[in-house]
Amino acid sequence: MLPTLGAYEVSLIVIVSVNVMLALSLNIITGLCGQVSLGHAAFFGVGAYAAAVLGNLGVPFLVVLPLAGLVGCLLGLLVGLASLRVRADFLAITTMGVGFVFVGFVRKQNWLGAEMGLSNIPDHGLGDAGFVGVCLALVVAIALLSAYIKRSWLGFGFATVADDEDTSRTLGIDVAAYKLTAFVVGTFLAGVAGATYAYFTRFLIPGAFGFGVSISILAMVIVGGVGSIWGVIVAAVALTLLPEFIRVVNDYKIFIYGVLLVLTMRLSPGGLAGLVGQLSASRAEMPPRSAGAQP
Amino acid sequence: MLYIELALQGLVNGSMYAIVAVGLTLIYGLLRVLHVAHAGLFTLGAYITVLLTNATGSLVAGTLISMLVVGIVGMVVYRLLYEPLLAQPPYVALIASIGLFIAMEEGYRIIFGPYGNSFASTWLTERVTLGPFSMAAADVAMLLGAIVLLIFLAVLMGRTRLGMAWRATVTDPAMARSFGVDTIKVRYGIFFVASVFAAVAGSLVAVLNNLVEPTMGDVPSYKSLAIIVLGGLGNVTGTLLASLLLGVIEAYGTIYTGAYLDRDAIAFVFLIAVLMIRPQGLFGAR
Repeated sequence: MLPTLGAYEVSLIVIVSVNVMLALSLNIITGLCGQVSLGHAAFFGVGAYAAAVLGNLGVPFLVVLPLAGLVGCLLGLLVGLASLRVRADFLAITTMGVGFVFVGFVRKQNWLGAEMGLSNIPDHGLGDAGFVGVCLALVVAIALLSAYIKRSWLGFGFATVADDEDTSRTLGIDVAAYKLTAFVVGTFLAGVAGATYAYFTRFLIPGAFGFGVSISILAMVIVGGVGSIWGVIVAAVALTLLPEFIRVVNDYKIFIYGVLLVLTMRLSPGGLAGLVGQLSASRAEMPPRSAGAQP
Repeated sequence: MLYIELALQGLVNGSMYAIVAVGLTLIYGLLRVLHVAHAGLFTLGAYITVLLTNATGSLVAGTLISMLVVGIVGMVVYRLLYEPLLAQPPYVALIASIGLFIAMEEGYRIIFGPYGNSFASTWLTERVTLGPFSMAAADVAMLLGAIVLLIFLAVLMGRTRLGMAWRATVTDPAMARSFGVDTIKVRYGIFFVASVFAAVAGSLVAVLNNLVEPTMGDVPSYKSLAIIVLGGLGNVTGTLLASLLLGVIEAYGTIYTGAYLDRDAIAFVFLIAVLMIRPQGLFGAR
């Protein structure tokens, strides 16, 4: 049985779940396949707005979820095609541009609520406990999917593309197909996260999908350790809850967030996963101390 | 008449972009780092200029000291933030830089307050009339400032040892080193020059709007990234042309497509369109 949850706990669990979904979805594109994206919030936003529009047409919540993912991955496919043309830093800035174009477009669309926001999103009809259940199930499913992809042939393909695109091409690996797959899967999941978010807040404004959001998703992936699934999950949870823990110093919380990003990159450029890897490696190098001491 | 005034307005904005972006592209050419925190130095320059100008009564003194201080802060940022991260993948330095930028903006808000500071005297809000055209004196100052700085930059890069060393290091660091170029000194020099430029741009924008606020670096932070990519990453002339072009396109775009897209979106639609046709940027070589 679920314990009874207050509104605050429900909102915390949902927001953490949405952020973990977003971080894991970007991890497939950036972590596994090595394509840095500075515009992931655009796919999140496309999913959210698609969910709002579909929901208003009377489509039930559980059907909206995959449909919003499909709309997200349509845009993702376009950006994936762009990634075949531009690389590395050029791609990062292109994806950043996609984010700005999305927000700038929505701001001017009256049918999407423009600046005033879209507020008449229907109820999901599952109740608090049911909705929390769906969120947690999605998180688990996406985590398992990520782990499966990472171990599969697809994951090996991604890793070679991430490692060295030109060499992979020489080896006969279809770089274009892997990149498109990464973008389609990653942006589908971001769209699903968007639908979850839309049904939770039931109010969407363009500013909720801006450049800052893209940055904070990327920060979760990099602080967690690019490509590491557990690292990204831990970082997404920690970076989402951090502002809640340091509410005592409310005025300084964004400042502290910035400083923490700098310190993490400076002290452990491999993120959490890199840090743990280092620690266990140095332990393995140490001579087994207990061997001689044991009687 | 509207067309010409729009073009002039675009050039004024483009000049501001140019002064900020040229520093970024110099740094990118050298280190392959997208130095987002550059926009934080831009804001720092603006704050120092306003505070010192109000304290001393001299805009010139305020700006000069601001340039010097921000130049030194730029070198410190290189030493403490980027130098230890150069061996890491590029996104590590990028996230560190974004973190620093966030912390700087929040720092300004905490120290100087959220509402912004203004100049005590405001002669720069007067307008200059030349024949049928009329511009704010601050706009004229921005255009003239950009011209002076860019001539200075052309001389610096073309005729001095630092410029020669920068070009050599960008072309081939190992070869430059073997010919006796102190590539470490070049890095400090470039960070100093780039940061001085950011301080000047910040001061000019402070004068232009007669307002300095913690978030004034937001637009330059991402717009200048778009510009240096458009200019072909590491290409100084390309960056200058791209800045002016983007300024003008934004000015016309907001008039003609403002009903469908906002100013930033217009700039990025243009950027994406260019990159799809020329993936190396407008003026990049590949």
